[in-house]
Amino acid sequence: MISAERLRNRSILEILEDYPFTESFFRNNGIEPGEAGSRPEILSLDWQGFFDTIDDEEREHRALDPEHLLVQLAEFVNQMLEFLDEGQQIHSLTILPGTDKSGSPEGFRELVVRTGDVISIVGPTGSGKSRLLGDIEWVARKDTPTGREILINDDSPDPSWRFSGAKKLVAQLSQNMNFVMDLTVREFVELHAESRMVENRAETVDRIIAEANSLAGEPFEAGTAITSLSGGQSRALMIADTAFLSHSPVILIDEIENAGIDRKRALELLIRQEKIVLMATHDPVLALMGDRRIVIRNGGIARVIETSEEERSILSELEELDRTLLSYRTKLRQGESLLA
Amino acid sequence: MNLVTISGPPSSGKTSVILKTIDSLKQRGLKVGVVKFDCLYTDDDVLYEKAEVPVRKGLSGALCPDHYFVSNVEEVTQWGLTEGLDVLISESAGLCNRCSPYIKDIKAVCVIDNLSGINTPRKIGPMLKSADIVVITKGDIVSQAEREVFASRVNLVNPSAVIININGLTGQGSYELSTLIYDESENIETLVGRKLRFSMPSALCSYCLGETRIGESYQMGNVRKINLENKDTGGAL
Repeated sequence: MISAERLRNRSILEILEDYPFTESFFRNNGIEPGEAGSRPEILSLDWQGFFDTIDDEEREHRALDPEHLLVQLAEFVNQMLEFLDEGQQIHSLTILPGTDKSGSPEGFRELVVRTGDVISIVGPTGSGKSRLLGDIEWVARKDTPTGREILINDDSPDPSWRFSGAKKLVAQLSQNMNFVMDLTVREFVELHAESRMVENRAETVDRIIAEANSLAGEPFEAGTAITSLSGGQSRALMIADTAFLSHSPVILIDEIENAGIDRKRALELLIRQEKIVLMATHDPVLALMGDRRIVIRNGGIARVIETSEEERSILSELEELDRTLLSYRTKLRQGESLLA
Repeated sequence: MNLVTISGPPSSGKTSVILKTIDSLKQRGLKVGVVKFDCLYTDDDVLYEKAEVPVRKGLSGALCPDHYFVSNVEEVTQWGLTEGLDVLISESAGLCNRCSPYIKDIKAVCVIDNLSGINTPRKIGPMLKSADIVVITKGDIVSQAEREVFASRVNLVNPSAVIININGLTGQGSYELSTLIYDESENIETLVGRKLRFSMPSALCSYCLGETRIGESYQMGNVRKINLENKDTGGAL
């Protein structure tokens, strides 16, 4: 931990050299260190000295408060140092039961999910799926309406999972999501990689685009605008991007529609990247790809069903049906006769 | 009584977030009231009334909305006390991106939405940078990647804030916010003598006083000229 007082005595240049990531902090807070151009000497001043070169009127004009900014800088440096230190690996998540909406105890004793597990969540709309997800994201400590408790690596978790902006337990991929930025696929993935401080950026970006293409029914170019991708292509890109770039160990998928995307490969990709996959779905093919199913009723988990070998044997039948349907879809898309 | 100031750009979802959060506070048996500050028009008070939340509205009209807010916040506090509220929420729209109606040691929440674009966090001044809690809305309609980039940009300009994602439609995340804004031990009786976290922009030029004519000879007082020589500074340096 570095304190604000220690940063105060260093020159701006020293801060930038010791912590290169602070450049974006300065820029986003209205100070362009690179732009000192004509007056590079001001960068060798300490905090007070540097801000003394900006007169009161200018400070007010730019809404700069040097003292507040120094405290924020120290906080930012500490967060980044923690973020860059990848010591803390998550290997399991445990849900301990609480109660449903009527106050009755939930129908399970302890649910441990490990990286690489796929768990499906079933239950009607409004049954409490959002609350379950909310409990996980907020790392509940018997202090949410359900009274559930969440453990990480069999231990009570560090509260920073709750409060940190950079560190979130759950990444979410839901059905009505869209891309809204005006960027090409490559620019978009690069931007995300940059915000995650990825080291071999170009390589990671290429890999994500290649993986997304292998999931999508119709391939797309790196130069395509993200807003013009089809539904299936968008989902493929979102999944590949989340697999490689999201810091969150848990991924919640809200139904993957069976169109324009290879769902099995998508799940395999997330498993390979050591994610814990929770999937809200009522599609039997997807549900059976899960190791277990959480049944939600009246705000609580009514039971947890282990996918049995017998159930799995139905899976191959269903997959066959699925493939048949998909092949007709492809024929239709390519303008062929369905009888051919 | 607890006082919470919530602000954010127009249409960012403040009212939805507040309504969902009030649901959670009410379930704990707390009495909550709202004062809505706006500029020319608001019908959000109808929404609060429908939810049976005591509400008052203040329209600043021809005055700067944030100046109007500070001039009235003590009166509003007294209203909350006479209503016997446990939590009083003030809701105001940040209209010029420079202002911030936050008060020292009074909980400050800024609401902004994922659709506003990733460069928005750096454009918003003290309203975002000095908030204790930043609520990000509309996450359900953008991709996970965009959400992550947006949150990291918010974190860049305000690293010490707690960042919470709230879905204003389903209320996901609002329970969590409700636990952060109510503190049993806090008891506000008056704001007299307290200070704003950040000064409001200095003004007082001829246009503040009703001038409508254009031209240098009509401009008096605090006037600043755009720098068109240098294309980078926009008059900043």
